[in-house]
Amino acid sequence: MTLQADYTTSQLDVLEAEAIHIMREVAAEFERPCLLFSGGKDSIVMLRIAEKAFWPAPIPFPLMHVDTGHNFDEVIEFRDRRAAELGARLVVASVQASIDAGRVVEETGRRASRNRLQTTTLLDAIEEHGFDAVFGGARRDEEKARAKERVFSFRDDFGQWDPKNQRPELWNLYNAKIRKGEHIRVFPLSNWTELDIWDYIRREGIEIPSIYYAHKRRVFERDGMLLADSPVVQRGEDEPVFEAVVRYRTVGDMTCTGAVQSTAATVEEIIAEIAATRITERGATRADDRASEAAMEDRKREGYF
Amino acid sequence: MDILRFATAGSVDDGKSTLIGRLLFDSKAIFEDQLEAVERTSRDRGTEYTDLSLLTDGLRAEREQGITIDVAYRYFATPKRKFIIADTPGHIQYTRNMVTGASTADLAIILIDARKGVLEQSRRHAFLTTLLRVPHLVLAVNKMDLVDYSEERFNEIHEEFTAFASKLNAPDLTFIPISALHGDNVVSRSENMPWYQGSSLLHHLENVHIASDRNLVDVRFPVQYVIRPQKATDPAFHDYRGYAGQVAGGVLKPGDEVVHLPSGLTTRISSIDTYDGPVAEAFPPMSVTLRLEDDIDISRGDMICRPNNQPAVAQELEAMVCWMADGVKLAPRSKFIIKHTTRTARALVRDLHYRLDVNTLHRDETAQNLGLNEIGRVSLRVTQPLFVDDYARNRLTGGFILVDEATNGTVGAGMIVEARGR
Repeated sequence: MTLQADYTTSQLDVLEAEAIHIMREVAAEFERPCLLFSGGKDSIVMLRIAEKAFWPAPIPFPLMHVDTGHNFDEVIEFRDRRAAELGARLVVASVQASIDAGRVVEETGRRASRNRLQTTTLLDAIEEHGFDAVFGGARRDEEKARAKERVFSFRDDFGQWDPKNQRPELWNLYNAKIRKGEHIRVFPLSNWTELDIWDYIRREGIEIPSIYYAHKRRVFERDGMLLADSPVVQRGEDEPVFEAVVRYRTVGDMTCTGAVQSTAATVEEIIAEIAATRITERGATRADDRASEAAMEDRKREGYF
Repeated sequence: MDILRFATAGSVDDGKSTLIGRLLFDSKAIFEDQLEAVERTSRDRGTEYTDLSLLTDGLRAEREQGITIDVAYRYFATPKRKFIIADTPGHIQYTRNMVTGASTADLAIILIDARKGVLEQSRRHAFLTTLLRVPHLVLAVNKMDLVDYSEERFNEIHEEFTAFASKLNAPDLTFIPISALHGDNVVSRSENMPWYQGSSLLHHLENVHIASDRNLVDVRFPVQYVIRPQKATDPAFHDYRGYAGQVAGGVLKPGDEVVHLPSGLTTRISSIDTYDGPVAEAFPPMSVTLRLEDDIDISRGDMICRPNNQPAVAQELEAMVCWMADGVKLAPRSKFIIKHTTRTARALVRDLHYRLDVNTLHRDETAQNLGLNEIGRVSLRVTQPLFVDDYARNRLTGGFILVDEATNGTVGAGMIVEARGR
């Protein structure tokens, strides 16, 4: 904490204190919380907050990752290593397993993606493990449907979000009441912006997967985005592969996460780049949000992250 | 850099969305892809201008109906401050949304159309803002371009509103003549109104002093969670027992004598811990972990304070309640779950003294119940003691929510008045 004579606190301290408060509320009021940990920067920050909230005790809930099988190797390696360092239990819910079990059907064609299939895998895992609260790293600045979502976001028996019937949220009082089979998605980073996340990563000296930094990669261009050349991404003959120096602003499925051309090799350089950018991270790098004006709202209604 | 949370109330007609759009745009918080999406949608609908309300109205239903339904949170920053906007709809049917947005706000902006003057809804917004004890209020007199930037018109509105606000016990009140559409006095001082000597709106938002709005006098530490590492990451913490929580008032220091409620036992703070090491003092809104010199049986929902400055220990509460549900109503004898700080209990409505007309402030003492968006004065009896302060003294120890036991919905927001102990 950076203390000053008039008891002001920096914006990162205020955001951190709020997120810690939210995490402790969940640990106190729910029986089986879990924290969604993808190895992406937001969930990495969320994990650090969880460490802080319960220190010196270990984090009192497991981590869960919905693995599409199309993730970047560097991120999966990071995920496993980080969970092991913390001694945390990591639940991996596999989209491939959902496909094999006939719960979902793989999309085909050039734009095939497992993005939408994740919802079924996620909801099945929540039910299987009996999770009643699920921490997500989503932020309200990311997307306009998320700008209206509560910190404690109620999900019914079917995992659905009803944006028109949300519980009012006042002061720092969160309503944790649910019936069996329902759950709450909890977003401790609701009030953080992309820049706050990076400022915090810098301040805390938090390690992040290497793909966030500039590196050489074989890519091809589609819809103005650079997608990784990989066996899991369907590429057409008219989409030539070339090598470029790129980094990722968001980390998701290889099939729908684009890289940006960048030479930013340090956190400081990334912060400078983001401060100057004029395009949102999801607009720049996420095909999944481009489907329609309400792409995110529609997926969230179904139970997406 | 600190954070200012502010709420805006009003409808599209008042130019609220235009104002927010301009603040976001001029502080470069709107990105090109967001602006392009808004321009595309505006064009598709045949709107002549770029409808910036499309930025904030994020839900499909809102865009289809062209209205704001819910509180939207928007973010921007200048080199001086980070800002969180709670953008709330202004119509009376969305009173609960405005109450929600105002509950955490340091400042509220009420927009007045210079042509129309102080309307019923402006008075309602001002009343709700003061009821929720938002410490700073800005009256942005908008559309000054449509009244020829008239100083006389501005002064009329200034006087009319000041007279009304004196009845409200309104906090710090600032009047700014603006044109959101043309940017007059929004980011920089307008050349069209040389008679106005005050700050631009953004300058005011950047500089208004909020650090002293927190209660730094009455030590209040609601115990949120007890930290007892069973398998500590370090054997040195084997006997560790810490009380985690977010400071709701006052300044705590190691060595301070404190009293635990409800037991009334006193002890001293031995250490204020955080992951980053012990700290010399803790104050709102810090989340910390206290260790105490003596072993006292302390659990979630308890309160730690100073022996000579304690909250009321109350099972009978007097409160103003804003009702937020459209199915169930609040009436005498109805029962709810009450959540106050970290303590949850059950509450019985003993009496409804009156329902307040939020437009005229008339008190209807014949009211039988409170329905959606209605506000009234109630007496509650709670199944276990709560540690309360007047809401006017501390928003965090004076506010509570009511939850319906049948639906689990959050149905009411309460603000304690006349906190008295047993």
